[in-house]
Amino acid sequence: MSEVLKELKYLESHEWARVEDDGKVSVGITDFAQHALGDIVYVDLPEAGDEVTAGESFCEIESVKSVSGVYSPATGTVAEVNEALLDSPELINEDPYGSWLIKIENAELSDALLDSEGYEAVLENEEQ
Amino acid sequence: MELKTPLYDEHVLLGGTIVPFAGYLLPVQYPTGVIKEHMAVREKAGLFDVSHMGEITFKGETALASLNHILTNDYTNMKVGRVRYGVMLNENGGVIDDLIVYKFADDYYFVVVNASNRHKDYEHMKKNILPGTVIEDISDTLSQVALQGPASFEIMGRLLDEGDIPKKYYTAKEHVVIDGMDCIISYTGYTGEKGFEIYTANENARKLWNLLLDTGKDLGLIPCGLGARDTLRLEAAMPLYGHEMDDTITPLETGLDFGVKMNKEEFIGKDALVKKGEPMIKRVGLEVVGRGILREHQDVLSGDVKVGHTTSGTFCPYLKKAVAMALIDKEHAAIGTELTVDVRGRKIAAKVIDLPFYTAEK
Repeated sequence: MSEVLKELKYLESHEWARVEDDGKVSVGITDFAQHALGDIVYVDLPEAGDEVTAGESFCEIESVKSVSGVYSPATGTVAEVNEALLDSPELINEDPYGSWLIKIENAELSDALLDSEGYEAVLENEEQ
Repeated sequence: MELKTPLYDEHVLLGGTIVPFAGYLLPVQYPTGVIKEHMAVREKAGLFDVSHMGEITFKGETALASLNHILTNDYTNMKVGRVRYGVMLNENGGVIDDLIVYKFADDYYFVVVNASNRHKDYEHMKKNILPGTVIEDISDTLSQVALQGPASFEIMGRLLDEGDIPKKYYTAKEHVVIDGMDCIISYTGYTGEKGFEIYTANENARKLWNLLLDTGKDLGLIPCGLGARDTLRLEAAMPLYGHEMDDTITPLETGLDFGVKMNKEEFIGKDALVKKGEPMIKRVGLEVVGRGILREHQDVLSGDVKVGHTTSGTFCPYLKKAVAMALIDKEHAAIGTELTVDVRGRKIAAKVIDLPFYTAEK
């Protein structure tokens, strides 16, 4: 069973969002997502200053076998990207909730975000 | 509907992620993951279920003549116990399949073909064999496992007398008995690493699989899925049907000259190859310059002009770099040529490098 953190918000497409103390929104992929992708070997991150839109893909994550789009849980501007992932994309496999991809400022959260219970229900369906 | 190999339940027990492949349900990876499985084969050993592969026997006085007529290679001076690669062409010189041929007697050959081409191959063979040759598709009775990696020899040595283990690459022994199971032991593989491919009757498959896993466990042997099989063969630049070749590509265009004997009197497709002359395209290796991963079926460009396409691409776990094989116009195929690849709209810089990407130490 995949790990789900209580304090985060989730998209059905397996992204997590955390509203930081400074109001920025950190975004990553869930434990379920990293497991489904397998060994991650490349992350195509956007650049600081890029605009992202809730529900739209802002980045591609490639595992040995496949490519997946990552969908934004908020509309806003990319404030920071996690450059450590460019050289060590496997960090996402090792610590999916510690490995944020981007931080969004002036963020307006998506209406589609689920709390941890809602996301666990999604996983229950997927894992059946 | 997908078929299950006799090892299906073992894959499920081992936690394999099961996917449909070539009409079979097979594990793409186990919980270890593709990278660890890939590295196990390069450094220790891995065990693969390749029971989906097709096996067709050629028997009779004219079996050799039939093979020489249907396949591009020359099997004339082959000794019993030898294995030889070959390509089967249509009349236009396009590849129907690539395969390997085992000689077990002057009138008995054993041919291993790609699972997805098995029925088409059999039909083509049946139509083109000479009188006096009898062929039979025995795929449904046989299982095959591949034990690959440097520790394979020690593992086999624990199970067999020295004399029962083939000593030379591309040789095989028939009727070798492992713990009561009648096996063909073949010193071949599809990983770029040394190792064995072992064929046995379906009813032995689970026992053989578990015996091998138990025997090699302390040497680092782990089960490996199709994901690692693909990254391993790609890293070793071994061609795969449907990628580096198909019925529109000639074996000369995709660099399989070593398996095409143009000095043989005749074989199906030879006239077309002669007529086409020197191939205009070449199979090359590409290495990403900078960041990005190349995949199959992406356009390769020189400036803004399309000069070819990628046929397979991935991140190579052992070499730790992103590479692809590509079929490109000959004039852009020189080592060091700088090209770009269209990766879903992004232009990724790549340069032509030598094949194979990886060669095992001898």
